[in-house]
Amino acid sequence: MLKKNNKNTKKPTLHEMLIEAKKCLQCKNPPCIKGCPIEVNIPMFIKYFLESNLQKAIKIIKQKNNFPTISGIVCPQEKQCEKFCILNKKNNNNMSVSIGNLEYYIASSTTIIEPHLIKNNKKNIKIAIIGSGPAGLTCTYDLLKVGYDVTVYESLHSIGGVLRYGIPEFRLPKKILEREINNLKKLGMNIVLNTFIGRTKSLQELFDDGYKSIFIATGAGLPVLPKISGENLNHIYSSNEFLVRINLMHSYKFPNYDTPIYKGKNVVVIGGGNTAIDSSRTILRSGVNNVKLIYRKSENEMSARKEGIFHAKHEGVEFITLTELVKFIGDENGNVKAIECVKNKIIMSINSNEKQFKKIVGSNHIIKTDMVILALGLHPNPTISLLSKKINTDSLGYVIIDDNFMTSISGVFAGGDIVGGSTVIEAMGMAKKAAKAIVKFIC
Amino acid sequence: MYEIVKKHEIGYSIYDYEIYAPDVAISAKAGQFIIFRINSMGERIPITIVETKPEKGLVRIIFQKIGKSTFQLASLNKGDYIRDFLGPLGNPTKIKKYGNVVVIGGGIGVAGILSIVKEFKKIGNTIIIVVGARSKNLLILESELRQYSDSIFFATNDGSYGIKGFVTDILKDIVSKNKIDIVYAIGPVIMMKAVSEFTKKKCIKTIVSLNPIMLDGTGICGACRVTVAGETKFVCVDGPEFDAHSVNWNELYFRLESFKYSEKISLDRFKQHMGCVDVKKK
Repeated sequence: MLKKNNKNTKKPTLHEMLIEAKKCLQCKNPPCIKGCPIEVNIPMFIKYFLESNLQKAIKIIKQKNNFPTISGIVCPQEKQCEKFCILNKKNNNNMSVSIGNLEYYIASSTTIIEPHLIKNNKKNIKIAIIGSGPAGLTCTYDLLKVGYDVTVYESLHSIGGVLRYGIPEFRLPKKILEREINNLKKLGMNIVLNTFIGRTKSLQELFDDGYKSIFIATGAGLPVLPKISGENLNHIYSSNEFLVRINLMHSYKFPNYDTPIYKGKNVVVIGGGNTAIDSSRTILRSGVNNVKLIYRKSENEMSARKEGIFHAKHEGVEFITLTELVKFIGDENGNVKAIECVKNKIIMSINSNEKQFKKIVGSNHIIKTDMVILALGLHPNPTISLLSKKINTDSLGYVIIDDNFMTSISGVFAGGDIVGGSTVIEAMGMAKKAAKAIVKFIC
Repeated sequence: MYEIVKKHEIGYSIYDYEIYAPDVAISAKAGQFIIFRINSMGERIPITIVETKPEKGLVRIIFQKIGKSTFQLASLNKGDYIRDFLGPLGNPTKIKKYGNVVVIGGGIGVAGILSIVKEFKKIGNTIIIVVGARSKNLLILESELRQYSDSIFFATNDGSYGIKGFVTDILKDIVSKNKIDIVYAIGPVIMMKAVSEFTKKKCIKTIVSLNPIMLDGTGICGACRVTVAGETKFVCVDGPEFDAHSVNWNELYFRLESFKYSEKISLDRFKQHMGCVDVKKK
């Protein structure tokens, strides 16, 4: 069972939110909007919130953002809207309006179903969405609103993509995701599970089935491995494998659920992004007390949210920075028993004032461990080429799109991580633009 | 939901099912596999496609009761449904005219060779099949394999059918008498490794189909990774077939053992729950 629940996502109180909203200066030229990847009119929704007009506030948010409950939680606001908040410049850091919390509060306090949409005259135009993650569901929402007949294809047994299998419960409660999915179902979304487009069906077969346009939103896919000696020893997991076992397969409830999970005594997580932080906090919650997070640069360079880093430390994750993996060491049964690391030092480059990280010769050392989680990023799934031979990809395997999010095949669009996005909000932003382009293509 | 349309016990604790999954039946090719999950609390288990009947929407699978999920699958009956059935997964077998082809199946791995043998035969290869099992009651698909082979040999550990010995004993004999162009082997790691070591010495190209632990089967997790020619590969998207001489067999063997303890807990619990303790026949 989950042990440490204290730092789970909680709904802020109305009192807290009113204090935050009152801080907003209602700038004439709001820098926060420029910091938002999807340009939500932040001061406007705050204004309506202060006037107790939640319906108008949510309407403003929803003009640009289909899933504000989700983005309110998972967006790195401190690098986006909140970073540009004028209050940050006036005072010292961290004085900005809590925009993310306000967004989440407003969205979770309002009913999100838009009743007039359900009765909307359905146009007999079939659209296929491949993948049910943030990009796929965002595009689905917008196309349902137009009145199209939208079908989402998902290879796994459950929809949501990375929102389902990647982001853990304590950060994004599944009931929030369920609420959004149920809303989409009410709007008429069709779901086809256990269907791997490219293997089960080709793009051509989808067109033959009568789909007028297809949106590829399959996500990034394969976990990056360090390509060093011993990386396939037992109990070295990709963060994807670890999180899929926990979040999708409920292995923390083993043996009531069938999928097992290994519980190490000394767990090492490698990486500095949100996934590394999520993995380390998840393993702590499964009852492991000794968790080290190892990162090759310094904490400042971590791409993870500051909030996550703060909570991880608070919950007991030991941070070991400026330390780089050299190799894995196994025992006679093929299980990992230690990692060899080397210390890095920061060198300021004279010309560009950029930080560089160099190995300190002779600083190699051994860290004992019996379970390693690798959170080193993702790269595109090679099975993308199975969708169609006519889909153009770049040298790394990302799908190439034009300014209208269309791929090299007419009527086939793509967005999200598979075209090179990296955050949930970027994926949602691209999907919204792609939905517009799809409507234009159909008309 | 996917219906079990046919169920037969074709060997000791070995079952032959046909599942109604029309999309999979239409698209599957030789050498591919599916992943099934029995119910909402189930695990995802990969299993080779034996054959398909696209006109009826049926996919045939053969499995042996080994772990919790296969025991549970065997406890279901004709007319029952399983919750998830994803496929076809993995790259299809490259069907080519090689000439003399030896196809080796060991244990439940024999289920994986039928579709390959059919396709190789169809385009004019000479097919020599070698089947190995612990004992006669574990031998499957004999009559079907005979239809598609030019010659067929059997080896059992106890000598209850064919020669007493291993598939490699037969393979050595075949190679000494014939020019063999390619060997295909599907079976337990220990068998595939032994075949590979022998054919490597003889410089005979050998393809194996690997059966690691899998989770999503679509490239997300990397549970199924193996080292091939010094590089990490994902069996689900890069395989399941690889050049046998380049596979790191010891690593694969260890990786298959990595959840052994949990697997035993799960199986024991299931058997207790079912109220029957299945005593293994020796």
